[in-house]
Amino acid sequence: MTIEKVQLLIQIIVSGLALGSIYALIALGFVIIYKATDVFNFAQGELMMVGAYFCFAFSTQLHLPFVYSFLLTLVFSAILTVVIEAIIIRPMVGKPMLSAVMVTLGLSFILQGIVGLIWGYDEHKLITPFPDQPVSIGGIVISYQHLWTLITTAVLLIIFFIFFKYSRLGVGMRATAEDTDTAFLMGINVKRIFTMSWVIAAIIASVGGVFLASVSYVKPIMSFIGLRAFPAVILGGMDSIPGAILGGLIIGVTENLAGGYLDHLLGGGVKEITAFVVAILIMMVRPYGLFGTKEIERV
Amino acid sequence: MVFSVPKRSKGYRIRREIYKTMTVTRHCKTSYREDMKLFQSPSLKVSLSALFIGLLVFPFIANDYLIYIINLSGIAIIGALGINILTGYTGQVSLGHAAFLAIGAYTSAILSSSLGMSFWLTMPIAGVVAALAGLVVAIPSLRLKGLYLVIITMAFQFIIEHIIYHWENLTFGDKGIGVPSVTIGSFAFDSGSRFYFIILFMVVLAIIFAKNLTRTKTGRAFVAIRDRDISAEVMGVNLARYKVVSFVISSFYAGVAGSLYAHHAGFIGPDHFTFFVSIEYVAMIIVGGMGTIPGAIYGAIFMTLLPEGLRILSDALRDSFPVLVVRFAALKTVIYGMIIILFLIVEPEGLNGIWQRVKVYWKNWPYTY
Repeated sequence: MTIEKVQLLIQIIVSGLALGSIYALIALGFVIIYKATDVFNFAQGELMMVGAYFCFAFSTQLHLPFVYSFLLTLVFSAILTVVIEAIIIRPMVGKPMLSAVMVTLGLSFILQGIVGLIWGYDEHKLITPFPDQPVSIGGIVISYQHLWTLITTAVLLIIFFIFFKYSRLGVGMRATAEDTDTAFLMGINVKRIFTMSWVIAAIIASVGGVFLASVSYVKPIMSFIGLRAFPAVILGGMDSIPGAILGGLIIGVTENLAGGYLDHLLGGGVKEITAFVVAILIMMVRPYGLFGTKEIERV
Repeated sequence: MVFSVPKRSKGYRIRREIYKTMTVTRHCKTSYREDMKLFQSPSLKVSLSALFIGLLVFPFIANDYLIYIINLSGIAIIGALGINILTGYTGQVSLGHAAFLAIGAYTSAILSSSLGMSFWLTMPIAGVVAALAGLVVAIPSLRLKGLYLVIITMAFQFIIEHIIYHWENLTFGDKGIGVPSVTIGSFAFDSGSRFYFIILFMVVLAIIFAKNLTRTKTGRAFVAIRDRDISAEVMGVNLARYKVVSFVISSFYAGVAGSLYAHHAGFIGPDHFTFFVSIEYVAMIIVGGMGTIPGAIYGAIFMTLLPEGLRILSDALRDSFPVLVVRFAALKTVIYGMIIILFLIVEPEGLNGIWQRVKVYWKNWPYTY
């Protein structure tokens, strides 16, 4: 193996990690909502897209500085999610799985359609302060957006780790995830926990959306990334936060490796379905993921 | 001491249900045989015969556009009956129904356009090939249920879409395939009003088979699996076997519907069988009423008429709101989402539930029950 080949491999893995950290952010949102409310949110990708559009509206259309528009994006995503949760999701808690799934799919249609009605279906460029020139570290070329995605993901993970471990709200969320009824009896405001878990998931998704938009474009189709993050959730296990992150990174790297080495063997577009193939294979071996808890059911 | 029964007790509710059934059917049932009858009352026979005669006369009086819509509804009914067996009766949620439709459509299209086979042969083959694909998905899915099954079927959907796009020697990728029209001897079913009769025949066949399926042991096993799979297994229902059977029947329906779609449209491409279509089929049985045959029919008709209705509406508002015409796709998406959510929150029993309640109300009027 020549040095160029090794460098290419490392290059593929590094950009795979950057892509994977976006998957990890989306998967993290899925898992937080699923653990707290038992609702599996198919609209996570759309929350991400809406976040990207908010940021586009503030920074590019209203010409606000990027940092302010980024913060405003987080605030607006949080407000939107509180409304959505109260109107659409609350009546679905405790309903059969299909109803919950279809409600979130319906929500994803509504968000897609509203974005289409307001901004149309064209691609837009999100103006970011990141320099266009990529940075080179030891021969590995990485763009500033990818670097910042990786750093932000890492920082977010540390924040959430501390939040879940030490803050009152975080402990309450863990208690609710463990056993909703008992948590309720212990005096935890379960409704507030449900809302909070949606808000946190939406904020994480918006961060992912802004970074994804900064690498490519702002466009309605970017919500499709949300569906491709499902395999990450499956891989890590539906109720495991470390699993979601590791799953996201693994899927990102695997996709990039398949895109780099299998594309010319199997014809184009291998990258798009690698994640789903991986998900199917994983489910045959470990149906509850790498870190998920096996569900024990009683009649 | 007198014990008063609380108004909402279980006994009260059961009595109320019994009275409801008695008053609706107007005659008391005294045996299981009567309860399982295909035609529950003599009046149903009369009204169904009238409907059937009306459907036979329909293509001679309606215009081409109406026939086109009805044809699409008929194909959607067959597909919806299929997913209703899997999701509505057996409780196995699938987001990959469009993939089975695609397999049926492409099998039929390739066999009839490349090999010149007759539609009367390719349609059953399309059903069988789709059913085999159902078998392939069902066997690894036996260990999975709930959300994991949802995601497996979704993954299958995307993989099939990918294969259609990229296996260009077979499927011609996004260029699509032209499909020849159906003939018997020298008679060609080349217009919508002629193809209508093929679809009508298949729809009637599909409804009768589905209705009879629910009356058999297999149908009852499906419902038992849906209601509580572990209990069903304890009672002696072979879970693996019936889940596979359900998958196979459901995908056979989808294959036949896909084959009809291909020959009706005369052209198919990968855009006709997207993930969106899969969601649309699940939406059909939710809107119509899960786990009921009339529900699947109403839902299929409703979801086929919906985009046409929206198009008429946006054309009417063209002058006052020109944005609506440009952004029609976005508007359609919003309305789809809203309808799915509204039905789930407000009317989980769907159109069939509304219809049943209206019937009960008028039969009992002026009493509440």
